[in-house]
Amino acid sequence: MNDETREAAQETAQQPPIVRLAKVNKHFGNLHVLQDIDLEVVPGEVVVIVGASGSGKSTLIRCVNGLEEFQSGNIEVDGNELLPYGKSGKSLQTIRTEVGMVFQQFNLFPHLSVLDNVTLAPIKVRGWPRDKALQTAHKLLERVGIQDQAAKHPGQLSGGQQQRVALARALAMEPRLMLFDEPTSALDPEMIGEVLDAMRTLANDGMTMMIVTHEMGFAREVADRVIYIHGGQIVEQGPPHEVLDNPQNERTQSFLSRVLKH
Amino acid sequence: MDVTFQFDWQAAIDSIPFLLEGIPWTLLISFGGLAIGFVIGIVFGLLRINPVRLLRWPAIAYIEIFRGTPVLVQVLFIFYGLPQILGGPINALTAGIAAIALNAGAYISEIVRGGVQSIEKGQREAGLSLGLSRPQAFRYIIWPQALRRMIPALGNQGIVSIKDTSLFSVIGVGELVRQGQIYIATTFTALEVYFMVAMLYLVITLSLSYALRLLESRGLVGQ
Repeated sequence: MNDETREAAQETAQQPPIVRLAKVNKHFGNLHVLQDIDLEVVPGEVVVIVGASGSGKSTLIRCVNGLEEFQSGNIEVDGNELLPYGKSGKSLQTIRTEVGMVFQQFNLFPHLSVLDNVTLAPIKVRGWPRDKALQTAHKLLERVGIQDQAAKHPGQLSGGQQQRVALARALAMEPRLMLFDEPTSALDPEMIGEVLDAMRTLANDGMTMMIVTHEMGFAREVADRVIYIHGGQIVEQGPPHEVLDNPQNERTQSFLSRVLKH
Repeated sequence: MDVTFQFDWQAAIDSIPFLLEGIPWTLLISFGGLAIGFVIGIVFGLLRINPVRLLRWPAIAYIEIFRGTPVLVQVLFIFYGLPQILGGPINALTAGIAAIALNAGAYISEIVRGGVQSIEKGQREAGLSLGLSRPQAFRYIIWPQALRRMIPALGNQGIVSIKDTSLFSVIGVGELVRQGQIYIATTFTALEVYFMVAMLYLVITLSLSYALRLLESRGLVGQ
């Protein structure tokens, strides 16, 4: 680490959190999906959230951009507040323009070309002129290695390519925070690497990221902090070498022994 | 072979010019009614899936009433019944268009509902996550995809409604069937004329089928 990056890291440490969840509770009927979640993420931090399916990890990040409502507590993203029961008013949309999301199923718009997928939101939401949006889109597509597919439709691309387009689409809004909801879980094994590579580059560029994933190797390498969730609660968190290699909690140990075995 | 009837081709051909006079009326009622019905269908189809219950139930009532009663009864009600309330006659063309619009509108409402609901919820979420408002997500993401999926069902409805206009001979509007009846009244060539009437309906419906197939294949490029 050279002086410059150390300084940057210190600055980062002193910065106020960009995401703050305080006593967030969510219920699906009788199911208490999130229980008193307290969590802060500082700018530039890469947080990887792991846990069994149904543990609430996806629900947690979906609350951050208001795709899921919660019933009590509050969430603050970059100074904008989300309130229980979706009563957040205008701040919800402000948050969504500042927070990008990549989904497990890509969710590209099948009726639009790759280029239009990437330029839609900058033009309609940010009000950018078409030229500027196109320029940015081409740059982003190049960055994720699919510049030559710009005119195609999503259906003509492989899963790995689609997910990289989805990443470019989210980045086109110049988000301050990126959410990843199991971005490689729907991919064929041979395509996982290309998506993780693109995410790694993004992390190295200093993007703040909250990532739900089962890719433990990737977590170990890229995460500043790993959070283990079980039954809607944060059971354990810390640097990857602590949580993944030397877990203190019994549940974390049992989860990791199941996940890391294969 | 013992031929017990004679199909008089000359009589069939002779009837064509008179029958053709009915075509503009048939087309006007069909496509006028369908155009209005499409607007009604979009409005009520979307109300039908609105989260607000108070908006949903009038849409359900409308759909059930106009889908559940015969279009012939509807047009008779409009043409003969409504004037008693309004205190003045309704012209047959207006009554015909209104009946098709209301009847097709009910079916199209359900087509719209099905089309919109068939779009994966991830599409909307992706749109919202990019900062699009709900109306923007609907307009740029959900509706274009839903519309494409609705085309075959809309084509069906179009064909059904075109054929339904034949019922409106009963209110005296000079559409295809009515023209045929008038012609037959003087020539007694029912076999030939109804055959020609049937052919002319086929020409209209096949053209529509073909146009929709073109639209569909063009719209599906890249999907």
